[in-house]
Amino acid sequence: MGLKRRNFLKTLGAVGSTLTVGKSFGATSKKEEDIEFYGILYDSTLCMGCQSCEFACAEHYGLPNPEDMPEQGVVRKPNESRRLTINAFNTSKGEQYMRMACNHCNSPACASACLTKAMIKTDEGPVIWREEKCMGCRSCIISCPFDMPKFEYDSPNPKIQKCRMCFELLKEGKKPVCIENCPADALLFGKRRDLLEIARARIYADPENYNHEIYGEHDVGGTGVLYLASVPFEELGFRKDLGKVSYPELNKTFLYSVPAVLILWPAFLLGLRNSRVKENETKPIKE
Amino acid sequence: MNREQHTGFIPFIKRELKPKGKIVTPFNIIAAITIFAAIIILVIRFTNGLGSVVHASQERPWGFWINFNVITGVAFAGGAFVVTFMVYIMGMEKYRPIVRATILYALLAYMFYAGALLLDLGRPWKVINPIIGNSFGLSSVLFLVAWHFILYMGSLFIEFSPTITEWATLKRPRKFVASLTLAVVIFGIALSTLHQSGLGALFLMAKPKIHPLWYSEFIPILFFISSIFAGLSLVIILETIGRRVFKKEMSATHKNSHSNIMIGLARICSITMFVYLFMVILVFLHNKGLNYINSPWGYWYLVEVIGFVLIPCLIFLFGFKRLNLNLVRIAAGISIIGIILNRLNISTFTYQWYENTIHFPTWMEIVVSAAVIFVQILVFRWIVRRMPVYNEPPGWAIDVKKEQIIYN
Repeated sequence: MGLKRRNFLKTLGAVGSTLTVGKSFGATSKKEEDIEFYGILYDSTLCMGCQSCEFACAEHYGLPNPEDMPEQGVVRKPNESRRLTINAFNTSKGEQYMRMACNHCNSPACASACLTKAMIKTDEGPVIWREEKCMGCRSCIISCPFDMPKFEYDSPNPKIQKCRMCFELLKEGKKPVCIENCPADALLFGKRRDLLEIARARIYADPENYNHEIYGEHDVGGTGVLYLASVPFEELGFRKDLGKVSYPELNKTFLYSVPAVLILWPAFLLGLRNSRVKENETKPIKE
Repeated sequence: MNREQHTGFIPFIKRELKPKGKIVTPFNIIAAITIFAAIIILVIRFTNGLGSVVHASQERPWGFWINFNVITGVAFAGGAFVVTFMVYIMGMEKYRPIVRATILYALLAYMFYAGALLLDLGRPWKVINPIIGNSFGLSSVLFLVAWHFILYMGSLFIEFSPTITEWATLKRPRKFVASLTLAVVIFGIALSTLHQSGLGALFLMAKPKIHPLWYSEFIPILFFISSIFAGLSLVIILETIGRRVFKKEMSATHKNSHSNIMIGLARICSITMFVYLFMVILVFLHNKGLNYINSPWGYWYLVEVIGFVLIPCLIFLFGFKRLNLNLVRIAAGISIIGIILNRLNISTFTYQWYENTIHFPTWMEIVVSAAVIFVQILVFRWIVRRMPVYNEPPGWAIDVKKEQIIYN
């Protein structure tokens, strides 16, 4: 037989999956589906809270060094002078650390809210902000479910500060600085697909130690930064009400109705007005 | 006034630029002080950054200038598309006297509120980017709103330009711009439908941040419907004030039609508010709002919906049933406050409601917002005192037969 059973199943699977993908992402072209995003895997169980990543990030981008330490009960949010923070949480399994920075969503709300395409999802995976395009309207901040883009309120030439997954280094074939500088190997860099497999393997190999969930696998439509932890993510400051659907989907119905309204509404109005005028015109003839 | 007699265009403009009426009045003094203070505040804002003037917060990125002047102010400019719809599309000739003032108000509102948007932009020198086409963010609701603002301002300007040409006695240009009226009216209604709802759609992606009683996927529709009665309520207030302030400039026919128009507008307002309430209740049930109603936010929601939508809706109803103009005016005032509450509830008060901090604008933000409104009023007054807005158009421009062919 020309077609082996194994190959047959493979083909069947491939056809099946393209059919389902074709249904949900009708608009994306084949080429876009081939793009594989890079991502970061953060394993909270390995993190020591040493802040090496914070220092490396601050140094690389010329931002002030962090002066405070991770402390239980205090959430150190990223802001306009720091793009990345590590926080300590008191959990059911003792003190645990968690990273806070841009999650580089697969389908980012900030990029879809941006009217100048200053915020874009690159083919490589990082969501980056481009100074020459941005007009500072801050709708990216309104839209981001994680509140990650930060605006320099105290500058006459303000910029948006957020993690850019060291996009320039990525293009040179290097890794982001936070990953290069992590002494505990809590951060991994690679293709998102590979990272998901690694994460699953870790959970499988040590089911007692891990909470059986990879945050970012499906949340808000999937994120570039994936998280592993030993406790449920609610205990680590995550919101679990953000949903699994990508945020630009929330706009879709409205945006799809725009061309329909622009075409049908004027036609309807003109028809309405003309029918009325004709009525008036025909009246005197009848009388 | 015989405008045919002036000798040249430049002397005419020079004469018209001179202030008419008393210069030192309480209103003018307050306006001048506010505008002067606002200029100083804006100099500080552009030299030291937004944070030096506004209540800056990474959690609430949009301050008072966007949430009040733009998101709220534009709802009140909705009167123009409703009134032009009634007069030019539906042929409700009764409302023709108020068309010009309503269009003028909306034109100025869009000009100055879009201006307020520029003040709030962090990098306003880049504002040209989404317009010239080097970076079209086509998936962005704000992109749509920005373009619709620009196009609608153009439409409103064309809708208003017959008045300008009458003032400057430009007979042939008047013919041309008047012939465009129907086209721009239809275009303008379509644009308004989309950007009034678009202002609501700006908050669609802020789903986890807005209180579930105020957030729904129907925000765009609610914004559109409420802009109809917001705009008309403002027209009612505007006419009430205009009749007193611009006595000299108002024609006798306009004065005589006043009460008739008011009652008619009250009727439309109460019907629209009824439809809006119906939608609000549907959304409330659809989002399982009962789960949230027994909380301080829930009571606040009831205050907004009952106190500032249901009650003015009923007052409008009584107003037009009993032909009582004062009731109509009171209802218009309450529903204006209700719209301000609704827009600010979504954009400011319940935004990041779980943080349990109330976000107040600084006094400087309020001064600038007030100054923007004062400038709008001053320009409105300047135009009304010179151009036939409330007054009859000059004799040469009235061509009853032709008007009917063009407009009716």
